[in-house]
Amino acid sequence: MIEFQNIEKGFFGVKVLKGVSFAVKPGQTVGIVGENGAGKSTLMNILGGNLPPDSGHMLLGGKPYAPKSPRDAERARVAFIHQELNLFGNLSIAENIFIQNFPRRRTWSPFVAGPQIEERTRRLLAEVQLNRSPATPVEQLSAGEQQLVEIAKALALDAQLIIFDEPTTSLTSRETERLFAIMARLRERGIAMLYISHSLGHVQQLCDEIVVLRDGQVVGTGSKETLPLERMISLMVGREITQLFPRRETRPAPEIALEVKSVSQPGVARNISFQLRRGEVLGLSGLMGSGRSELARILFGLDPCASGEIVLNGESLAGLSPRERIRRGLAFLTEDRRAEGLCLEAAIADNITMVSLPQYSRGWTRAVDRNACRSVVAKMREAVGLTASARDEQPVKTLSGGNQQKVVLAKWLLNQPKVFILDEPTRGIDVGAKHEVYRLINELAGHGAGVLMISSELEELTGMCDRILVMRRGEIRDEIRPDEFDRERILRAALHDGSLV
Amino acid sequence: MSSAPSQPIGLRLLNQASLILFAAVLLIFGMLSPAFLQPANVLNILLQTSSTGILAVGMTFVLLTAGVDLSVGSIMFVAAAIGGKLALAGWPLPVVLGVMIAIGGVCGCVNGLFITRLAIMAFIVTLATRYFGRGLGLRITETRAMNLPDSFYELGSAKLLGVPLPVLIFGFIVLVAHLILTRTPFGRQIYAVGADLEAARKAGLNPRVILFLVYVICGLCAAVAGIVALSQAPAVSPGFGNNREFMAIAAAVLGGTSLFGGRGAVFPGTVLGAVLIQTIENGLNILNVNPYLYPLIISGVIFIAVLLDAVRSHVLARASRRRIFVEAPV
Repeated sequence: MIEFQNIEKGFFGVKVLKGVSFAVKPGQTVGIVGENGAGKSTLMNILGGNLPPDSGHMLLGGKPYAPKSPRDAERARVAFIHQELNLFGNLSIAENIFIQNFPRRRTWSPFVAGPQIEERTRRLLAEVQLNRSPATPVEQLSAGEQQLVEIAKALALDAQLIIFDEPTTSLTSRETERLFAIMARLRERGIAMLYISHSLGHVQQLCDEIVVLRDGQVVGTGSKETLPLERMISLMVGREITQLFPRRETRPAPEIALEVKSVSQPGVARNISFQLRRGEVLGLSGLMGSGRSELARILFGLDPCASGEIVLNGESLAGLSPRERIRRGLAFLTEDRRAEGLCLEAAIADNITMVSLPQYSRGWTRAVDRNACRSVVAKMREAVGLTASARDEQPVKTLSGGNQQKVVLAKWLLNQPKVFILDEPTRGIDVGAKHEVYRLINELAGHGAGVLMISSELEELTGMCDRILVMRRGEIRDEIRPDEFDRERILRAALHDGSLV
Repeated sequence: MSSAPSQPIGLRLLNQASLILFAAVLLIFGMLSPAFLQPANVLNILLQTSSTGILAVGMTFVLLTAGVDLSVGSIMFVAAAIGGKLALAGWPLPVVLGVMIAIGGVCGCVNGLFITRLAIMAFIVTLATRYFGRGLGLRITETRAMNLPDSFYELGSAKLLGVPLPVLIFGFIVLVAHLILTRTPFGRQIYAVGADLEAARKAGLNPRVILFLVYVICGLCAAVAGIVALSQAPAVSPGFGNNREFMAIAAAVLGGTSLFGGRGAVFPGTVLGAVLIQTIENGLNILNVNPYLYPLIISGVIFIAVLLDAVRSHVLARASRRRIFVEAPV
């Protein structure tokens, strides 16, 4: 179906792809895995017509294929489902599907054939099992439903090859299952798919063949049998990771860092109570939509709580703004790094000093001491292991996901938090960067801070935490100690009241 | 999956803020002055609206792409200055009008080229062309007022089935603009580009072409607005068209068009906004209010409209806040 022949691509003298070759057969689903910066996105952008290769060729169905724009790719029936969905919230589902090539009423008519696109959209939505009217504005759909609209759009093109870039990051587990069922049906219809993801389990589950990229080269291909999880990971990082979760040498102290006393907010949280000790890593599990992130927002003062008390190091936080809570030693790494965690257009250095900038302003003018900032940024970059190739003035948006997350961590760690709330700290980042995040969490706990870690990855919680709380529908349903860590028990509490699913 | 829950009544009222404001204004003036709601006066209001209204229609296209065109007043002036010179030199009226419209198109092209080819912000480009156009017009007219031949005046007083020609032109332009925006691929792509430029590019659209055309349309509308204004008062003064861009933006915003792009409509939106502003002026005029108070009162109405819109967004944001469980009744 598609064959890559020796594709090379560089940016500003840095080679990102160093001669990539592999092929996808019709009807085959091929997974592409690799660390952030391994060249997956660049390769897919070349395939999708967003970037031209420096050298090398692509063959599509045996014929040379060299798209100059996304439009060329679509004409060749190659569809690209981006990680950040590419839809227009202000337009209807039907309009989104046909936006770049509206059918007209008649060939000479200037007008869009409204009823015709509604009818075609209805059929496409039935195929992806989305039960919505074609006239619904896309902004009213959930993330999972929007993804289905993207797939319907690919079907409308009669795509022969669909590229999925991290399609599951913003989906609930039920939506993910539905997506996989639809992908299975697409495969039966003979559509070839390229699937890029950091959730290696999903790749194993879905793909006929797996291609591992590292530093712009294919370092391994194989089926799921020949490439088990550990082998994939060691190929990706180029070394065996003996211990995915680094050991923490320190134990939690008896002092309480954060105490939450029966916090309730109508519709969001019900009678939440727990204690977080100094030096403790407390896990918070639960399905997406169980109220974990909402609880974090309440603790940080972003959302109100109707009753209850939050006590940080013996001091009540009632009525304090996030700014005042930060000053008292609270830190919050948000779930959505790009939208809430960073100023993407701003420089790395400015993002790192964003929270603690007042500490570096001097004299009566409160002017910023730029030398002090520079040295502290250098110190933090080293502490979080940020890539050395990036300059301080470089905009954060040019970094890979893992490095972006390190910038967020550096920003908060610079303020020496006493309690750090981490919401999905390793979402969408590669294995190497994950390891680094775990190391930083341990270090922080080692210095006596309390860490509240929200995560959807059970391995991560069981590997890192001293205790795990499980939330469901705005309530804490279970508290699990390390000797009882058990995936099944966590899932059961998350899904249902202790009884069987 | 259930359909969206039905909106509370308060929100539904807020969604129609400009319509309600309009009704309130009509009611107040209607009660204060019996002459106000006479058909002749209603037609008069439409007549007075037409020039600004046409300008605002063009502006709506630009605002929908999250751009702005500050140069429309100057485009009116340049087109009127050159058109006036030609008319005084004895050129036939249809040719003069054709030249004026062409000038509007050319000015729009200049704006569009700078914005799309050189990727300069629309605000900066059109601020520059605004001053340039004003300067050029003053140079052409030698800063003197120019009285135009009677043929312009006849254009303004012409009627078809009792409706003055300027109102018909206004109506025609609104109709065409409405059809373009709601029914044609180009119109829907304007909304797409306004919502997310990068996504539009990735979706295979050509945002450059769309943005360029939007400024051309705005320039053309400005020229037509200039013609309509001249037909009502056939003289080109040095202040002709000055600051009209802000009236046009106010009308569009009053009609619910977002300055962030992707949201708004020519009909009823912008038309309603333009008519509302003119209605207030007309009503104040009938009531013999001190003309120096007009700007204060109009700014008050714009402020109320924007305030209502802000309240609406706030209520919407609250209503759509995520809820995990429904609180059981006690």
